[in-house]
Amino acid sequence: MQRIGVFVCHCGTNIAGTVDVAAVSEALKNEPGVVYSTNYQYMCSQAGQDIIKNAIAEHGLTGIVVCSCSPRMHEATFRKTAAAAGLNSYMVEIANIREQCSWVHKDMKTGTEKAIILGKAAVAKVNLNAPLTPGESPVTKRALVIGGGIAGIQTALDIADAGFPVDIVETKPTIGGKMAQLDKTFPTLDCAACILTPKMVDVAQNDKIRIFSYSEVTDVKGFVGNFDVTIKRRARYVKEDVCTGCGACTEKCPQKKIPNEFNLGMDNRRAIYIPFAQAVPKVATIDLDHCNMLKNGKCGVCAKVCAAGAIDYNAKDEYIEEKYGAIVAATGFNPISMDKFDEFAYSQSKDVITSLEFERLTNAAGPTGGKLLRPSDGEHPRTIVFVQCVGSRCDSCAQKGKEYCSKICCMYTAKHAMLTRDKYPDTDVYVFYIDVRTPGKNFDEFYRRAVEEYGVHYIKGMVGKVSPEGGKLMVQASDLIDNKQLRIEADLVVLAAAIEPDRSARPLATMLTASMDTNDFFTEAHPKLRPVESPTAGVFLSGTCQGPKDIPETVAQAGAAASKVIGLLAKDKLMGNPCVAHSDENMCNGCSTCENVCPYGAITYEEKEFRMPDRTTRIRRVARVNEAVCQGCGCCTVACMSGAMNLKGFKNEQILAEVDAICR
Amino acid sequence: MQEITRDTLISRAKELLASGEVDRVYGWKRGEFCYDVTPALFTDAESLEKDFEWGDFCGANLSKYLVEETRKSEGKILVFMKPCDTYSFNQLLTEHRFDREKVYVIGTPCAGMLDPKRIRDHAESFTSVVSDENGVTVSTLFDGDVKLDRSEVMPDRCLNCKSKKHVAYDELFGEDGGTIASGRFDEVEKIEKMTPDERFEFWRGELSRCIRCNACRDVCPACTCEKCVFDNPNSGVENKAAENSFEEQMFHIIRAFHVAGRCTDCGECSRVCPQQIPLHLLNRKFIKDIDGFYGEYQAGAEVGSRAPLVDYTTEDIEPSDAVKGGDENA
Repeated sequence: MQRIGVFVCHCGTNIAGTVDVAAVSEALKNEPGVVYSTNYQYMCSQAGQDIIKNAIAEHGLTGIVVCSCSPRMHEATFRKTAAAAGLNSYMVEIANIREQCSWVHKDMKTGTEKAIILGKAAVAKVNLNAPLTPGESPVTKRALVIGGGIAGIQTALDIADAGFPVDIVETKPTIGGKMAQLDKTFPTLDCAACILTPKMVDVAQNDKIRIFSYSEVTDVKGFVGNFDVTIKRRARYVKEDVCTGCGACTEKCPQKKIPNEFNLGMDNRRAIYIPFAQAVPKVATIDLDHCNMLKNGKCGVCAKVCAAGAIDYNAKDEYIEEKYGAIVAATGFNPISMDKFDEFAYSQSKDVITSLEFERLTNAAGPTGGKLLRPSDGEHPRTIVFVQCVGSRCDSCAQKGKEYCSKICCMYTAKHAMLTRDKYPDTDVYVFYIDVRTPGKNFDEFYRRAVEEYGVHYIKGMVGKVSPEGGKLMVQASDLIDNKQLRIEADLVVLAAAIEPDRSARPLATMLTASMDTNDFFTEAHPKLRPVESPTAGVFLSGTCQGPKDIPETVAQAGAAASKVIGLLAKDKLMGNPCVAHSDENMCNGCSTCENVCPYGAITYEEKEFRMPDRTTRIRRVARVNEAVCQGCGCCTVACMSGAMNLKGFKNEQILAEVDAICR
Repeated sequence: MQEITRDTLISRAKELLASGEVDRVYGWKRGEFCYDVTPALFTDAESLEKDFEWGDFCGANLSKYLVEETRKSEGKILVFMKPCDTYSFNQLLTEHRFDREKVYVIGTPCAGMLDPKRIRDHAESFTSVVSDENGVTVSTLFDGDVKLDRSEVMPDRCLNCKSKKHVAYDELFGEDGGTIASGRFDEVEKIEKMTPDERFEFWRGELSRCIRCNACRDVCPACTCEKCVFDNPNSGVENKAAENSFEEQMFHIIRAFHVAGRCTDCGECSRVCPQQIPLHLLNRKFIKDIDGFYGEYQAGAEVGSRAPLVDYTTEDIEPSDAVKGGDENA
């Protein structure tokens, strides 16, 4: 029989405001096994923890129940308290009477009743708890960064700087990401390429960093410290180690009419191409879909002109397997598709463009050599209308766009408007906005400069319709401050499209068993206190895959993720979770169901000899759990028909006892 | 009934015994009455001649018996299997329940078995049954011979036969058939159309007759656990005498969940139920839902196939959609 102590926390008025804590501790006194029950204002405080320690010693407690906040908050605290008093850490159960009770109920009577029930369930479970001891597992001292944009680059550089090897996996032929496509960066207006490309070169030259470009992660197994990752290296039909990046092939390739992704389809590239001059790795890639040689076996020009002999038409996709201790997701973002925003005539007129396209139009390495020209006729636009929040801050009922603020649009639109007025003072620039949001160092000053010094017309109100009329764009909009309807004859309309997580993020999250929110942004382990960690141990978040952010924030988060990775890789061993599955071999059928459902590959089988009651022996196939690999998810325990598989600390009997206590 | 006769089977069994290829034969044995046929093990030619039975009442699925029997010696066992039995056979192999090398399977043709309960509905006190392609002739004690149509006296599982194809055999007697588009989900659909209250009443009515004899579990080829949860005092669900009427319902619901994705729909549970509870309908509901949510899946069609419930793919239905699907059927 256990000797259980119950400790009910007031959490100031957080719990005590809605739950009669004295009544809870009084009611739980009568539960089976309970020998001591009390309540205190802040159980997590030093004084509160001392109450627990003293009670364990004084009453010879074998198990404790703390009725307090979520176990995610303070379970670790109370386990340490118990251990300090000589009790096994796993003899501690938390009844969450704050998040699941006081915070969701308004009525004291209901709240108290539920708190008592939750307490009873926890007591019923502790009655069946057994002491557990965690095992240890080694740490593979190598990190994987998925995504080679500025977030991935910064994370990789920082990890490598601490002396650990890092691999970057990037789906595109080059690293650099979205930042490589930008022209100038706010609020200092330094050129994106000037600050990014040196970092890309640093990555290429760092002997601790390997770049797997034109590659993707196809499988992730294992757990923190011991991930087994399969990386698919797509055939680029050019030998990476032989190609010198001279570009001769990209000039001679006869396939000239392929929309250039890097310039968002505003000009063309060849079937063999290098995305941009500063690409890393600077090697050519053949586009399988457009290469005549690969499709029909006719051509072969690039192989003829390649002095280095780097072309290999017979290349195949390769799969490499590598072990990692930590994984960083840095999969980035994309502007949303404008398909559902036909009112802005994006599909009807070439002169309605997105902000990222505007970046390319003003970039010296872009399709117009940096001259701001209308895509339709190559003329200088005299009137430009910028539309903010296209697809951001949408009504959830509207069934288009996103509910969230994309965060970066206010600032880059101010930048676009300012730069346009600076370079082309004869241009009229209008910006339609819902709100201008410029929190950030030197951000509001920047916006005010655009308005006050550069004379950009900021108009509060949304654009209702853009219609192409005789080579012009008729913009109908409302001015909410002057309360009037406007009609502007524009030459160019620029849409600040909302940003969304890259499509590769969702399948990646599934592989990593990392959680996501409804918008497919990765969820952090704690929104305030653990912002760069995923709830899945060993998986870290860098950049916009976690939420919209600008470059300074991304770089800051990238560095923070790197420091967390370094902290992990610096350890030689990790304490395991003792709440792992265990198979009772006397009941195991050897049917492989548990093996089939185990996401970690933790279950293997062995032929084992059993002595039967009639003194014969029988060889049976039975499951065996690798405790270092098991993560305690419990899939196997629910799939096992005979109940042979059980999860330590969460045995079927314990769960049922909790349910029984609640239903009693 | 079939062109393959009892003698064909016996003589082949004797050959295999004599050659030493097998040392035991699993078949059926006649009891007191013609319809009283049970699975039986034969080890010599003499007992085969004497007791081996082959006919309209050899409905029992022999695959489950192989789990225990293969463990007894290293020798090989000859077993006769109807098409539907071979699905259970494969499912047991998928779950590593016995060694394929220890079994020699002869596939036997099947025109559908007969159901003594249904014969009795037409012919009281029957003594013998002769069947051919023209129908079934039943001799009775008091009413003389009664001519019946075969479909009138077949059990539901044979009327809604899903396959005449043997999915496993070493040797095949007769010609192999194909899978059949049967109306086996018609009854399930009827129950799905009920209101939740009607459905609850329907099952409470059916399951209230359960006497907890465990025959359904004992005969089920998917129920081969080393220790069944209902026999395990630590499981929390073990009890011989129910505390209240709801516990019997729990027994059948738990059992249906345990065989979900593994049940081949052989129909043995309903065949052996002394209370005529249509237990196979619970299993068919699972099969129908699995087919609907994940695409058609037949347990036992292939050895080593992964049932959708224990096989994750990124195309799997989202749980929220599955719940919605259930609502539409509610």
